[in-house]
Amino acid sequence: MAIKLTTYGNTTGLNHRVTVRLTRDRSAETMNQADMALIVPLAEECADLNQCKSFAAVITDSSVLFDRVADAGIPAVRVQSTEGYREGYIVTIEPGSGFIRTIFRPESPHNTIFTTDRCNSNCIMCSQPPKEVDDRYLVEENIKMLSLIQAPPEYMGITGGEPTLLGPDLIRLLEATRDSLPNTHIHMLTNGRLYKNLNFVRRIAGVKHPSFVSAIPLYADVAGVHDFIVQAHGAFDETVEGLYNAAEAGLAVEIRIVLHKQTIPRLKQLAEFIYWNFPFAVHVAFMGLENMGYVKKNWEDLWIDPVDYMDSLGEAVKYLYVRRMNVSIYNLQLCLLPQSLWSFARKSISDFKNDYLDVCSPCTVRDHCCGLFLSQLNRHSEHIHTLCTV
Amino acid sequence: MAHKEFHMIQEYLSLVTTYSLLPFRFMRLDKDSVLLTNDWGEFKIIAPDTFERFIHKQLDTTGTDYLDLRAKYFISDTRSSDHLRVMASKYRTKKSFLEGFTKLHLFVVTLRCDHSCPYCQVSRQSEDKTRYDMTSEMAHRAVDLMLCVPARAVTCEFQGGEALLNFPLVQDIVLYATEKNRSIGKLINFVICTNLSILTDAHLLFFKEHNVNISSSLDGPAFLHDHNRPCSRGSSHALVEHNLRRAQEALGRENVSVLMTTTKESLAYPREIIDEYVRLNLGSIFLRSLSPYGFATKTMKAIGYSSEEFVEFYKKALDYILELNRRGHSFAEGFATLILTKILTPFPNSYVDLQSPAGAGFSAVAYNYDGEVYASDEARMLAEMNDTSFRLGNVLDNSYEQIFFGERMQAIAAASCNEALAGCADCALQPYCGADPVYHYATQGDMFGNRASSGFCKKNMGIIRHIFELLRQADSETEEILWSWINQANREEMKLPKVLWLSS
Repeated sequence: MAIKLTTYGNTTGLNHRVTVRLTRDRSAETMNQADMALIVPLAEECADLNQCKSFAAVITDSSVLFDRVADAGIPAVRVQSTEGYREGYIVTIEPGSGFIRTIFRPESPHNTIFTTDRCNSNCIMCSQPPKEVDDRYLVEENIKMLSLIQAPPEYMGITGGEPTLLGPDLIRLLEATRDSLPNTHIHMLTNGRLYKNLNFVRRIAGVKHPSFVSAIPLYADVAGVHDFIVQAHGAFDETVEGLYNAAEAGLAVEIRIVLHKQTIPRLKQLAEFIYWNFPFAVHVAFMGLENMGYVKKNWEDLWIDPVDYMDSLGEAVKYLYVRRMNVSIYNLQLCLLPQSLWSFARKSISDFKNDYLDVCSPCTVRDHCCGLFLSQLNRHSEHIHTLCTV
Repeated sequence: MAHKEFHMIQEYLSLVTTYSLLPFRFMRLDKDSVLLTNDWGEFKIIAPDTFERFIHKQLDTTGTDYLDLRAKYFISDTRSSDHLRVMASKYRTKKSFLEGFTKLHLFVVTLRCDHSCPYCQVSRQSEDKTRYDMTSEMAHRAVDLMLCVPARAVTCEFQGGEALLNFPLVQDIVLYATEKNRSIGKLINFVICTNLSILTDAHLLFFKEHNVNISSSLDGPAFLHDHNRPCSRGSSHALVEHNLRRAQEALGRENVSVLMTTTKESLAYPREIIDEYVRLNLGSIFLRSLSPYGFATKTMKAIGYSSEEFVEFYKKALDYILELNRRGHSFAEGFATLILTKILTPFPNSYVDLQSPAGAGFSAVAYNYDGEVYASDEARMLAEMNDTSFRLGNVLDNSYEQIFFGERMQAIAAASCNEALAGCADCALQPYCGADPVYHYATQGDMFGNRASSGFCKKNMGIIRHIFELLRQADSETEEILWSWINQANREEMKLPKVLWLSS
């Protein structure tokens, strides 16, 4: 079952949105307590309030404790259960709505820095459609989050929206990432269009994070098809220019392709285009569709059962593989892939939006399979089936 | 799009109403197909009627043919900026063998030899060391020149005659170059070309200590090799086989290579030659034709052949090699590998004998035993026939600038780019081929040459066309074989890998 990253609670005493690291250790260093929230489960509702008062907030599932803390004027949040809040998690808490979002979990390989809801493209299969909102406050919040991380993860994503829309703030964010997470692999999802500005790309490269990859989508080998998919005139040219700027500035790039009805017809040609024009790409990822956002609206124009494009996908993978490019397949279940492609399949679906079907339970390769997006549970390939022996 | 918030694909595709052609070359491969190539070697084979519509700008700009040609930069349209930078980058990558200038430096340490191969125009059966050996002073000056080139890595190759007959000078050069390079910091690859006949443990010890690789000669099984390569010490084949093994054991298999030369006698034995290479577990062969010039008529009659004959031999040999691979042997052919790399990858290779600009002077230079500097190995052979047309200078008298940028070199350079040679400039195979001013001067009396009667042209076009034919007919097995050659990998490594958890 997927992990839940958001919940609503009741708050008291909080007057602005806070980003805090969670702890259950009441004796945590006093000087750091202002950046931390104390988790007090029901069983410990008799806790000494003196030990709670320096924390930014107390999070509890005990209404008795919540009332006591509130009476003492200590900010507090009452939640259904404290079970999902582990040591070292970082959350944001909104005072009015009591909305709590977990934004960092030390043990997860799927952490991301969410930069903005805004985007300069409007891809027909976007799983998280852009919103024209002012969310610049996220920059400081993310920088705060980075400063609170105690156990650096192996991987950290940077995502949006379109992170490059942050402009100079992105550089600040990347510098904070470099300072807090120098040994973490950083993977930024960007459409690469603003990489057409070489100076901007040079500034990003100038941050010198030791392991930073820009993952850039390229949906076709020709402008018209790519621009249609991202619904933006000139996007293809900008991204191609951006990829070259990245290479010139010494930034590692990954190329991502989402597989659907509009990208499948020229998939082999796209692989050829990538090899001939971007042989410097460190990774090429072919990605199955997530049934979220615009995908639901554009289902008829996008959906093609993966089994029906397996030949094209296999051909494209083989083409790049013999040319010694590093290839992966994301989001496609092993029962839909021929065994020859299994070694390229990754467990790519983030744990908080990942689940399996009933037919998956007895499957002998379930543990190696990416499973499904939560959003796919009711709408997926008809060919998903149990594999008994391999 | 069904959904009204989104724009339809036609809105994007239909923006293109007209297009222009980017520079390309073409050739009719057969009645059903036209080969298009561009400067950096991307290609597309299309039907003749598509070709007609393409050049008359009548292609449907939303159709597959149009999009394919657009994606391979045969077409430019208003929809997309010309991506001049992309094309420039690909062209630069393909020509990046030029970076760093001359990287291969041949040191002819002696002309003396214990073999009397009829295809060698230069060796001397002589004990006269003073006459045919390079002096230490000349050698040091040549090393100084080698270390002047901007390349970070250079190859110092010892040639002869039989280079081991002047082993003291080989040692001298290696030590001097290593010492002098201490403050310069280049990577120097040392290679000695030797027939191995007098190989001693002391030689091997020195090569091991100083990372000197060995390049030897093997023309095929004993009857053929000994026919091609008569040796005053007995069977050359027996000596090579024995000493090859010693060298491999001492230096490691990857540091010892062998070259074959095709003579008239060889033409009848493609399989036997390859079987011999397989028997000795050599992993690959480079099917090399004679440099058929400068011979006396009598010699030519004994060992020479036409380009057509060589191409026929080459095809037979290549077919046999592919057959061996299909049977499970990992065995590559070197020349095909070079051509395939040119056709199928955006990358260059460092083969100096098929380049544009030609390797002579640009990529390779030969310091002859007498201190004279020539643009290539063939050029110094020509000099032995008293024709010093490709003499760039002398190590004792001339500076680096005078040698590499002098009038002679400029004249050679003018004839070195097949992009600008009559008959090459509009040939579809130009990006995969090269120029050879030395060959054309020697065979036709003109560095620019006449392609209509050029054996160089016949040979290379014959082979490159054959390789295109192979590629067109290749099944997935053949593709795996050819890519294993390009990647210098085992055939199994070209198959999609099994997942680790499955095989365990």
